Amino acid sequence: MLMVQASLDGILLGILFALIAYGMALQWGVMNIINIAQGDLVILGGYIAYTMYLVGIHPAWGVIVSPIIMYFVGVLLYKLVINKVVDRDLFISILATFGIAIVFQQLMNFIFGADVVVAQSEYGTTMLFDNSVTLPNSKIFSAFISVLYAVALVIYMKKSRLGRAIRATAQNARAAKILGVDTEKVYAATFGINAALCGIAGALISITLTLHPYVGLPYTVRSFMIVIVAGLGNLPAVALSGMGLGLFEEFADYILGTEFRIGAVFMLLVFILVYRRFKLSKKREYLK
Amino acid sequence: MNKLVKLFITSISAITLALVSFTSSFAKVEGDYIVLGSAISLTGKYSSNGVHTQNGYNMAVDRINKMGGVEVQGKKYKFEIIYYDDESNPKRAAQLAERLIKQDGVHYMLGPYSSGLTKAIAPVTEKYKIPMVEANGASRSLFTKGYKYLFAVLSPANQYLEVAIDLAVEKNGGKGVKIAQAFEQDAFSQDVRLGILDAAKRTGSEIIIDDKLPKELNDMAATLAKVKATKPDVLVVSGHTKGALTAIRQISEMKVDVPMLAMTHCDAAKLSKQHGKKSEYALCASQWHKNLSYKDKFFGSGKKYAKDFQKEFGYDPPYQSAESSAALLVFKDAFERANSFDRDAVRDALVDTEMQTFYGNIKFGPGGQNVAKPMILFQVRCKGDDCENRVVAPTKWASDKFYHPIPKWSERS
Repeated sequence: MLMVQASLDGILLGILFALIAYGMALQWGVMNIINIAQGDLVILGGYIAYTMYLVGIHPAWGVIVSPIIMYFVGVLLYKLVINKVVDRDLFISILATFGIAIVFQQLMNFIFGADVVVAQSEYGTTMLFDNSVTLPNSKIFSAFISVLYAVALVIYMKKSRLGRAIRATAQNARAAKILGVDTEKVYAATFGINAALCGIAGALISITLTLHPYVGLPYTVRSFMIVIVAGLGNLPAVALSGMGLGLFEEFADYILGTEFRIGAVFMLLVFILVYRRFKLSKKREYLK
Repeated sequence: MNKLVKLFITSISAITLALVSFTSSFAKVEGDYIVLGSAISLTGKYSSNGVHTQNGYNMAVDRINKMGGVEVQGKKYKFEIIYYDDESNPKRAAQLAERLIKQDGVHYMLGPYSSGLTKAIAPVTEKYKIPMVEANGASRSLFTKGYKYLFAVLSPANQYLEVAIDLAVEKNGGKGVKIAQAFEQDAFSQDVRLGILDAAKRTGSEIIIDDKLPKELNDMAATLAKVKATKPDVLVVSGHTKGALTAIRQISEMKVDVPMLAMTHCDAAKLSKQHGKKSEYALCASQWHKNLSYKDKFFGSGKKYAKDFQKEFGYDPPYQSAESSAALLVFKDAFERANSFDRDAVRDALVDTEMQTFYGNIKFGPGGQNVAKPMILFQVRCKGDDCENRVVAPTKWASDKFYHPIPKWSERS
């Protein structure tokens, strides 16, 4: 029973992380930017839902309101900062987004205060197997919403004009430009969509976990890891690696102990990177 | 042009130098004022508790000044505090302590907020032999380094939850209990853990789960699943406000039934407000509660302090404010007994402190920690949706009976 509980906990949490990672994979793939502020966008999205909760609106509505607001925050960020670093060295984009992360943290601290806060969904609990496995409905809800948005986004990317433009730009920005795609607009939209995804995840985190202005970084690191494992531009792989990491974490907790939980995940990351390099070095086109 | 620039730079440096030497002449006592210094977290992640600390200091300064100030060698002096914002950053705090001592000439320091920042400042005050009375650094390691100029009005961290284990054993008819514990991996929480280990050894209790939570973790589902499977008599959790909020959220969601749940940081986390009824029956360690019966002539009783504080700052005082106010009372007492502004005389007077304040009795042990005041435990109790913290231990001050065991989730409405 313990194993069933661990598996379900891991998968439900992993799906949520996969959503954040998908946003990261998208803008990394399209714009070649590693966004250190990813986690802080998530937390900001969470605070939007929390503010709604404070004024008496159910925080679950945050999954609709928060992405809308966050989309514009993302576009604004792009116009102010990101457009200046898009074609530059990866290192510059890391520095720029690191700066954004600090500014966001301080702003959130200033506006919302330094207290840890939670929003209450009052969704109750689902009990399985005669109460020995318990699943918070808020976690089930958040996994469901994550899947819903991810699927919607995949369809949008395949069918819509903007979606196709984004994919074209990701494949070859110059060629897309020559063929009449307004890449500036595509970049802005991509960053906006990424921020919106963070907004959804944040709203879900406000009802499942806790919010604090300075807890963004773990989310950045987690999504970074998921993307590294899955590779860019491959949604099923992102979803799988998100769930896989969630599962792996829970089991590492049971088997090795809680203190090794995060360490175990990083060890796994090292193994995957080494393994990849090993595989790559066997290919002929790999020159190093 | 170049010459002009040089001249400009030289004159600027000359002015700065003059200013610096001018400010150092402020020194410890200026006119009728005794100047104290404090680096405090007004921004950054400790800013809410930093402000509670500052409010506590300010409230005491006002009160002492209004009631005649400090009498040294027949002359009345008033307190004044120079504050700098340490941005919740230990390195910055250490720099600011140097600045307070070297540039502003402060000879007496008040502590910052949190164990981590106190740890950063203590070596500086020790180096310059500046007496520091601190009210917000409880980590045991502060008191084992042999610091001679550090004095803490609060009980050390390892005492936070020992009482809870004693209580559990008492309820178990004096027999040892099964303990499950989860502590964050930081200095403070690990000190609380050491206290539990001592208590377990002393009472013959058995620790069946001993999880250390990584700092960045905000999910304890795995620990709680283990708790569900092993059915301990007591669950002990400490991980600052995040730990307290996460624990209650997940215990209620996962319907984990334990007869007793003991935590730290419940009041800082505003547990009863944020989680309401879900937090009922949780036991929390606290340095102070307004219902305790300690008294002094400045603030009267704890209840009176709470009322005055509420009037001044618009919220109920958390224990961080109360202990900070007490630090000023300690300084006043020490100055008057030393009857001098000599740093070492004041330090020696601090060593001999033995007094009662509205916050509790204060007497410093050899390491500088307060040994005269026990920790208290309160329990969250609700009437309808209205929840509040009621003192349940030690029995001398208990306003309510300890409710044990916690009813099962299936029986709770």
